[in-house]
Amino acid sequence: MITDTSSSFWSRFAESVGRRFGRGVEDIGYGAALLGESLFWLFAGRWSRQPVRVQAVVNEMREIGVAAIPVLAILAFANGAMMAMQGIYTLREFGAESRVISGIATAVTREFGVLIAGIVVAGRSGSAIAARIGTMQMAQEIYALRVMGIAPVRYLVAPVVVAMLLIMPAMAVLSDLMAVVGGGVVSSMELNISMSVYLERVVASLVPGDVWQGLLKSVVFGVLIALVACSNGFNASGGAEGLGRATTRSVVLCIAAIVVADMVSTFFLIL
Amino acid sequence: MEKTATPVIEVENLVACYREQRVLDEVSLDVRAGEIMVVMGGSGSGKSTLLRYLLGLQRPDAGVIRIFGQDIGSLSSREWTGLRKKMGVSFQGGALFNSMNVGDNVRMPLREHTALDENTMRIMSRMKLELVNLAGYEKLMPSQLSGGMLKRAALARALVMDPALLFFDEPSAGLDPVVAADLDQLILKIRDAMKVSIVVVTHELDSAFKIADRITVLDRGRILVSGTVDEVQNSDNARVRNLLSRTSEEQPVDAKDYLRRLTEVVD
Repeated sequence: MITDTSSSFWSRFAESVGRRFGRGVEDIGYGAALLGESLFWLFAGRWSRQPVRVQAVVNEMREIGVAAIPVLAILAFANGAMMAMQGIYTLREFGAESRVISGIATAVTREFGVLIAGIVVAGRSGSAIAARIGTMQMAQEIYALRVMGIAPVRYLVAPVVVAMLLIMPAMAVLSDLMAVVGGGVVSSMELNISMSVYLERVVASLVPGDVWQGLLKSVVFGVLIALVACSNGFNASGGAEGLGRATTRSVVLCIAAIVVADMVSTFFLIL
Repeated sequence: MEKTATPVIEVENLVACYREQRVLDEVSLDVRAGEIMVVMGGSGSGKSTLLRYLLGLQRPDAGVIRIFGQDIGSLSSREWTGLRKKMGVSFQGGALFNSMNVGDNVRMPLREHTALDENTMRIMSRMKLELVNLAGYEKLMPSQLSGGMLKRAALARALVMDPALLFFDEPSAGLDPVVAADLDQLILKIRDAMKVSIVVVTHELDSAFKIADRITVLDRGRILVSGTVDEVQNSDNARVRNLLSRTSEEQPVDAKDYLRRLTEVVD
């Protein structure tokens, strides 16, 4: 690298911004390449005798999805309850407490259910996947895969991508349900209505489009988490410390990616 | 089968660059069928780099590598997979998959490349584990194995597809002399039992002279000498002699240069 000592603060600042931007573009390109190659193996793998194994996908689904159910259920429930509390408090000023139900129903199914699911999966699997692949990278296991004629992306990335595509919508639905129930417990106490009346009103205020929005986002989040986590794993270097850095970076970037993607997709879906 | 006349590996004028530096400079060598070729050299000589190129983990900047007569630069990914089924690699640290036990590690290539049933795969993997004297260790995890056992388990995995070409990266690195000698013996035994061609990358002299049919000595990215064990031992190249007699090659210190390095302002 050429370092010019005479350069001013601003030119150095601009240079570092530019370099970071370049690195960001590189990361995005790497992720896109991973996605492309995963899809290639998924569809063409059988033809070149390197199929993506169903067993591997099932294992990933169990790891990413089933194992995350308890924590997701608790978080979604708490989130629904909080929305009900805040909603009732705010709407009471207008004497419109009962409107909280439709508010919860739409906000949860369109936005917060899937967002909670995404954050839980990003926190658990975003780090775990990066750590697993990073460890393999450092122990030459990725080389070992390649020299055995096993494409690392086919073996390590494609199952994660497929598992995410299949399990994230299910996680989003679970999250929606638990958040609605959480909101229901608070609402039924505060508004003196029964749970069944609450649920009836929730269903009445929803249109299929609300749920579809959430499901669509869940698929996008799943793919983002898979790609960010895997690329951080493959690019990990520098021993135990580097591995720690890679996993931290992976979780932070996963969450950042899904929140930004959420905003962007909401913008396009609503407007 | 390949004709015995054509070399298993042919390398012609291989050049590899890392940044501005030439890590390999016009390296040419060939490995004949059924022989043990030892690539020897000190740290930084480029021997590990050469191995990475031979394994197709990196693309050459210039030059040609042919394995079983096929130019590996022009292979499709499918042809590569076919070629790789005929090659086995034993990595320096073993590179066993830490998430699987020894048996599953050894069966991994079979599982991915064949449609054999579970019983057949078990029998085949046990045969290879017997061959490397690791019978009964199938259920252990890699973290529970000693250094020598790790390397032998990795060897069993490399052998499970019955390769025609076998690579060893620093087989005796990090092992005590007795275990290292055992491993040398094992390499010879495997060559005789399975009729494979073997490429060993090492810096251990004793081991190299014991197992090699031919030795190639690499130094600073160039081939110093390539020939039979006797030819290498009788070489009159100064650097080869230094390597063989383990003479230190410390450069005399230039006082002016030394002072400049100490006082230099680096920003």
